[in-house]
Amino acid sequence: MTALKLHNALETIWGRPRGWRGVLTNVNHSDLGLRFMIAASVYFAIGGVLAMLIRAQLSTPRAAFVGPEIYNQLFTMHGSLMMFMFAIPFFEGLAMYMLPKLLGSRDLAFPRLSAFGWWCYLFGGFILLGAMALGLAPDGGWFMYTPLASKTYTPGINADVWLLGITFVEISAVCAAIELTVSVLKLRAPGMSLMRMPIFAWYILVTAGMMVVGFPPLILASTLLEIERAFGWPFFDPERGGHPLLWQHLFWLFGHPEVYIIFLPAAGIVSTVLPVMVRHSLIGYGWIVGSILVLGFFSFGLWVHHMFATGIPHLALAFFSAASALVAVPTVVQIFGWLATMWAGRPMLWLPMLYIGGFFFIFLLGGLTGVMLAMVPLNWQVHDTAFVTAHLHYVLIGGFMFPMMAGIYYWLPRLTGRRSHPLLGRLGFWLVFAGFNVTFLVMHLTGLLGMPRRVYTYQPGLGWDWPNLVSSMGSFVMAIGFAVVVIDLGLAVLFGRRSSRNPWRAATLEWALPMPVPSYNLASLPHVETREPLDRGHALARSLAAGEGYLGRDREGLRETTGVEMVSGRLTEVVVLPGNSWLPIATAAATGCFFLALLVGLYWLAPVALVVVAALAWRWAAALGSDTDRGPLDAGRGAVAPPHHEAEEAPGWWGSVFTLTADATFLMSLLFGYAFLATVAPGWPPPEMARPSFAAAGIVLLAVLAAFLAEREGLAASRAAATARARAGYGLAATALGAAVLALLAFGWLGLPAPSGHAYGAVVWVLLGYGVVHGSIAMLMLAFVRHRLAAGYVSPARMLEPRVVRLWLRYTLAAMLLVLAAIGLPGAASWRW
Amino acid sequence: MSGDGDAGVGVAEDLLGMKRVEIRIAGPRLLAAAHRLAPAAIAAGLAAGLGGCAGPLSTLDPAGPAARSISVLMLVLLVLAALSFVVIFGLFLLALRRRRSRAVSQRLFLVGGGLVFPLVLLSVATIYGVVLGERIIGARERPALSIEARAERWHWQFTREGQGGSVTRRDILDVPAGRTVEIVVTSADVIHSFWVPRLAGKIDAIPGMRNRILIRADVPGRYGGVCAEFCGTGHAEMGFTLVAHDPEAWADLERGAAR
Repeated sequence: MTALKLHNALETIWGRPRGWRGVLTNVNHSDLGLRFMIAASVYFAIGGVLAMLIRAQLSTPRAAFVGPEIYNQLFTMHGSLMMFMFAIPFFEGLAMYMLPKLLGSRDLAFPRLSAFGWWCYLFGGFILLGAMALGLAPDGGWFMYTPLASKTYTPGINADVWLLGITFVEISAVCAAIELTVSVLKLRAPGMSLMRMPIFAWYILVTAGMMVVGFPPLILASTLLEIERAFGWPFFDPERGGHPLLWQHLFWLFGHPEVYIIFLPAAGIVSTVLPVMVRHSLIGYGWIVGSILVLGFFSFGLWVHHMFATGIPHLALAFFSAASALVAVPTVVQIFGWLATMWAGRPMLWLPMLYIGGFFFIFLLGGLTGVMLAMVPLNWQVHDTAFVTAHLHYVLIGGFMFPMMAGIYYWLPRLTGRRSHPLLGRLGFWLVFAGFNVTFLVMHLTGLLGMPRRVYTYQPGLGWDWPNLVSSMGSFVMAIGFAVVVIDLGLAVLFGRRSSRNPWRAATLEWALPMPVPSYNLASLPHVETREPLDRGHALARSLAAGEGYLGRDREGLRETTGVEMVSGRLTEVVVLPGNSWLPIATAAATGCFFLALLVGLYWLAPVALVVVAALAWRWAAALGSDTDRGPLDAGRGAVAPPHHEAEEAPGWWGSVFTLTADATFLMSLLFGYAFLATVAPGWPPPEMARPSFAAAGIVLLAVLAAFLAEREGLAASRAAATARARAGYGLAATALGAAVLALLAFGWLGLPAPSGHAYGAVVWVLLGYGVVHGSIAMLMLAFVRHRLAAGYVSPARMLEPRVVRLWLRYTLAAMLLVLAAIGLPGAASWRW
Repeated sequence: MSGDGDAGVGVAEDLLGMKRVEIRIAGPRLLAAAHRLAPAAIAAGLAAGLGGCAGPLSTLDPAGPAARSISVLMLVLLVLAALSFVVIFGLFLLALRRRRSRAVSQRLFLVGGGLVFPLVLLSVATIYGVVLGERIIGARERPALSIEARAERWHWQFTREGQGGSVTRRDILDVPAGRTVEIVVTSADVIHSFWVPRLAGKIDAIPGMRNRILIRADVPGRYGGVCAEFCGTGHAEMGFTLVAHDPEAWADLERGAAR
């Protein structure tokens, strides 16, 4: 087959339909990645305009530009949009776009999940923007402290918009996290072991892993607060056994890792772009991998440093202070790795390098003020002042914006096939850099002079007038700088010089792709034996285009890419990816209906929407899989591998593992909240404890055991091709699980106090609800396997679906027992029949 | 405050040279030395033109021991940070001048620069911060007086038990100058934060909790206070005034309360 014929064949398989149909059903990672980046940039612009309004208001004392009601919405939306709608989605988009190309793959592991995440992000953003247009935007600050955000003090819909809108968007973040983790671990070019991965993939792997366990605490916190607001269950109300600090713990348990979640991908860009700019391969690759793993781990042990002034005992503060200081070490290791690379090479001050220089300057300062803030006594003085505002902008703009800009300019030829204007780009850089420092350097002083955060105005005579005016002027210079950058990028896309295929002479695989990027990325996939697989000539690119690598063929019109063993990179399976579909947008729309129903208080509609979501999920799962045993396939280059349906560790199995990890983090956070309230909140022990029923608990236990055994029998029978016996096993397991769910409900009904009286009752009912929801989901899954057995989608070779369902079932059973124990054990004395 | 035989007892001139204050530091001599030198550096910094740092709410114009020792900590950290910045960004700028590839010592950069350099500086800073923090919360100190500060959107109620019953004032906090006072901070509604920048750090006013902070004004006068935690539309206007009275005025006040 000639290169052109191969190209046409693959384009037919991987391309998308023309027109709106194509737009709405597209699951291609390049298109979705671009969409994420463009939409996130729009949110950056909106958030930036809000920032300009804030600076306009603060430029002079007693300004009458906006009042506190509007001002509070402005800064709340500025923070929320920049964090949730810009920073996270932007790097998700970049990672989605780049990762498969860097890893020598044709797409991400779950293309339809990417599309679902995209639509959730888009629809969730509409909720936030719609509320803002109506003047109903959230106004409690982007971290929404309770009780200010509780119903009593924010009676309007504003807080609900935040809680539901942001949670909806977070679904997209969690989807992306699972998607990216599994893609890095499983979907690489054969031969690419973990230690041969491009360094960017390591950064994304750690970041995505952090998101898997970082977002659930926030989702839990939002869920609890929304339940409190909607139904009066008092999780955060100190009058009824709740505690306002529970919100802060859960929020910052997410919120601090969030900072590193934003920083790490940007650092990954520095580690990728800097070596190319200085003409030397990265020094200390292993050190950097180690330091980002350490960083990812320790970032979960720092959250209390946002709460140094809340009255926590000083000994505990000292611990978190030391941890917060020490977390700087892995970052310094990276910085010295970059410096060593520069010293070993010949730095070229091309535009991406200029942005990396800006990153060094600004991020260093932000990191240093961060260490200062980690010192408890200083924190007591400057916490909640403009000093912190300045610090966090140094960290986030220095540590995220500048590397991202470096990345955009570095990959611009890859994204657009064009190069930008050399002078305009530099002008934009210097305006942004100067404007930024004028705005925020002086803001440290404003804070030290005593100006608190989030004040809509201030009196003259406090020494704050001139620093605020300077900040405001600087911010407008920065805004002009960003406008110049946008113009420069726009001109580059429209009229820029055409770029050669590998303009920076980089050595990573994304530069082996033709321009413009084909829908299938590479006509055949390479075998990777070094960290820098790309040669100076285009020999590799040519041989891949000619189909001489893996999977350079059209097999029955299937979308194929290589799946590897996680550590060694050995080819283990041919992954067959699903194509374009209406399911992602339909499911996202149904999910959106669920959130909208809660937002406007149509509580009867919410379960209906959930049923639709479940039905669509069933269809979604049913559209995957295979009904024929294939055996080992020819994968090209003389290699053979089975299709992923017949592999032991298919991407879907790992996807479930990480989904359940996120789910378990949610449950652990809930148990943490329970223990926190029980030990810290006033009004405990509660006036009325659970009086658990032995009978109901016994039925739950028996049903759980029955479900466990029946599923075990069902899976064994599937492996032995005894379909009838297997179906009976799954049917029995589903029935037993249904009984367990009903018994759990009865257990609650008979023995638990009302949820609205005291936080204890509220927490135990949420725990119970967790068990019931999971039991119902697992029941559906068991029924699904029973159905699949009959339809011929399960065979002794194709055991993926039963094995995935086993994971979910066993997790669910364990969770139900844990819930039962958590409710029953503290009240052990009050059990009754 | 009397020296209790701690390893380092530094006596420093007040910023304006008007009054002698003692700054006691328990812990390594190095830190004590830094503590002795730093006020001189502050004075030099002020002389160098940071006169704009004074202000009714300025942490850089401290008027009590807690705020003063924190401003010294701030300066020490600022110097350390500036040095680190010069080293690292200097290496970056110097590297930009390199025109030929050359071998570098990976160990020097990664172990020396990446591990040893930050670990030393961070350890010094952290120990300093923890020791100072212990001192400021005054675990061993018996305050002369306890006053309750109750935050309610958007004002403060300060209640003091006097000889003749309790006295409550709105947005005015009377304290005796030169004596350490305990403020017990609570809230009636949402979270607020009690902060008198020239005297001490802040402590949150949280419903359902009773937080305490020690505060002392060295000289009589009026000191501005603010609510530092965002608490809704009136947040910007939730200020108060701390009035530190000289001994006679304070005695009058106490007698007045008794009548």
